[in-house]
Amino acid sequence: MAVREMTKLTLGPIAYHWSAGMRRDFYARIADEAPVDEVYLGEVICSKRAPFHEGDLPETIARLERAGKTVIVSTLAEVMLTRERKATADLAAMESPEIEVNNAAGLYERGARAHRIGPFMNAYNEATIAWMAGQGATHVCLPAELPGQAIAVAARAARDLGLGVEVQVFGRASLAVSARCYHARAHGRTKDNCQFVCEEDADGMPLRTRDDAPILRVNGIQTQSESYLTLLPEAPRLVADGVTHLRLMPQAVDMVAVADLFRAILDGRTGPGEAEERLTTLCGETALSNGFYHGAAGYRRIAMATPA
Amino acid sequence: MSLAELICPAGTPAALRTAVDAGADAVYCGFQDATNARNFPGLNFTPDELAEAVVYAHARGTKVLLALNTYPPAGKVDLWRQAADLGVRLGVDAFIVADMGVADYIARAHPQARLHLSVQAAASSPEAIRYYCAHFGVRRVVLPRILTIPEIRQIKREIPCEIETFIFGNHGLMVEGRCSLTNYLTGQSTNMDGVCSPAGDVEYARHADGAMSSRLAGFTIARFGPEEKAGYPTICKGRYTAPHRPEGYYAFEEPVSLNLSRLLPELIEAGVHAFKIEGRQRSKSYVRGVVRAFRAAVDDIRAGRQADMADLVALTEGQKQTQGAFETKKWR
Repeated sequence: MAVREMTKLTLGPIAYHWSAGMRRDFYARIADEAPVDEVYLGEVICSKRAPFHEGDLPETIARLERAGKTVIVSTLAEVMLTRERKATADLAAMESPEIEVNNAAGLYERGARAHRIGPFMNAYNEATIAWMAGQGATHVCLPAELPGQAIAVAARAARDLGLGVEVQVFGRASLAVSARCYHARAHGRTKDNCQFVCEEDADGMPLRTRDDAPILRVNGIQTQSESYLTLLPEAPRLVADGVTHLRLMPQAVDMVAVADLFRAILDGRTGPGEAEERLTTLCGETALSNGFYHGAAGYRRIAMATPA
Repeated sequence: MSLAELICPAGTPAALRTAVDAGADAVYCGFQDATNARNFPGLNFTPDELAEAVVYAHARGTKVLLALNTYPPAGKVDLWRQAADLGVRLGVDAFIVADMGVADYIARAHPQARLHLSVQAAASSPEAIRYYCAHFGVRRVVLPRILTIPEIRQIKREIPCEIETFIFGNHGLMVEGRCSLTNYLTGQSTNMDGVCSPAGDVEYARHADGAMSSRLAGFTIARFGPEEKAGYPTICKGRYTAPHRPEGYYAFEEPVSLNLSRLLPELIEAGVHAFKIEGRQRSKSYVRGVVRAFRAAVDDIRAGRQADMADLVALTEGQKQTQGAFETKKWR
């Protein structure tokens, strides 16, 4: 139990184009009510969105820190344009708060100074993690598609090197990024004249097959899973395997309630069956999935053979 | 050979000999396992086959590049290391790598080996490329298919290594090395297993009205009218519906193939060192036709002659072509 109680719950960066007002309300509530220990801020998906909310960053950081949360700023996953290169260089130059790097351009700019490795960095294995640790990484978030067996090997290696190890346990999985904006494309526009249509879809734009089955979500240049990746009964197993941080990705659901459920599982206050039932209710019509963890198709929901 | 090298696909030993005979400056290939991003049934090389292939290619002045461009999941790193060791023993001319752990291993264990950075590493800025050059001694970067020619020219000015770009074949839509679409639907990973929309999960279903559905792992990726040719169910080339597109549309891209033959002179002028032809899964006759045509076109350009592109256009007859991101930012 002791290890589980030390496990940190984190809130990943908002993937969507939520308005500045929505973000302020969201983080105010997270600061006051959510049992998360660490919060990642910053625009990871689209550099065009950053001007809408980056002005609020200092205040949001201060607000969360006053509430006792550790704050980390995440860098862009895709760095190509001049403004993206500059944004990455600016974050890499910061002394505080901590930064999470999501592109090799950020690693180059950061050099040997301490940083976290984000989920877009493809830290799939112990050799890569060891390399990153030697270059100043203090913490690594593993790719969402990594199966449980590999997570266990990677986590052990990372902890032996003194690194924090993070795994996404809730929210849509990032399945792809592109240079093209698929939100703009759906509206007959291009990225340069997108008029920020992605703001209409706070939980991503649903794509359905021609048989009307939900399949994927579009978030600007990003493609996400339709289902919310959910490792709730698996959480104690992750901790036993050496994972130190569990990441919740912000979705358009009651994230305070989601965080409460994960905290309750870690503290042994709720059984996995009951917690999953409550999460299913919280998430409404959105399917939950854990296939990646179990080495199956990501969208699948696999029952745990033996609850940990 | 320093200008406009032609880098050609070799999915099988026969395709390799075909590409060499048709005038490839270099061929790229992989072993029959997860260490490369075209881990498809019936493709790739056994160690013995690769040994023979290296001898065949070198005897004709053609280089052999070994693709080790997937990401080993934790616990399986040795398979990639053994493949690298074997490649060195067999005398391949360069390794195409994406994973930092793999790159670091080769740089340390085989410091004389030449490293190319795979498109799977998604290095799309001078800083990212410089990172791999500085730490692993990467000599050439294969650029993601998302950059315009002015952007490529700008990158070239700021990096210490050669540039290779794709010029022909499948048009990858997603940033390579960051795509888990196939794993989400099938349980096989592009990054870890080298698999993309695997044939074993594909089925075609005919409907009563004559329409045809192409499915991947039970998901309908596209539906075609009776008059249409049913395409392969690649997830990023599927037709879906969205709230504003109830009629169904190609949400990511139409099934087009990349053809930059008209842009070759501009790409050379922008500083591109090597041109890559996609298609390790293609037939010998396809490889022969494409390599011959591009060999002639490149030779014409180097000799200052007007290149005849008619043969290249014919190769994609019946298929839509695109110049993708290379021509204009509007692609984005």
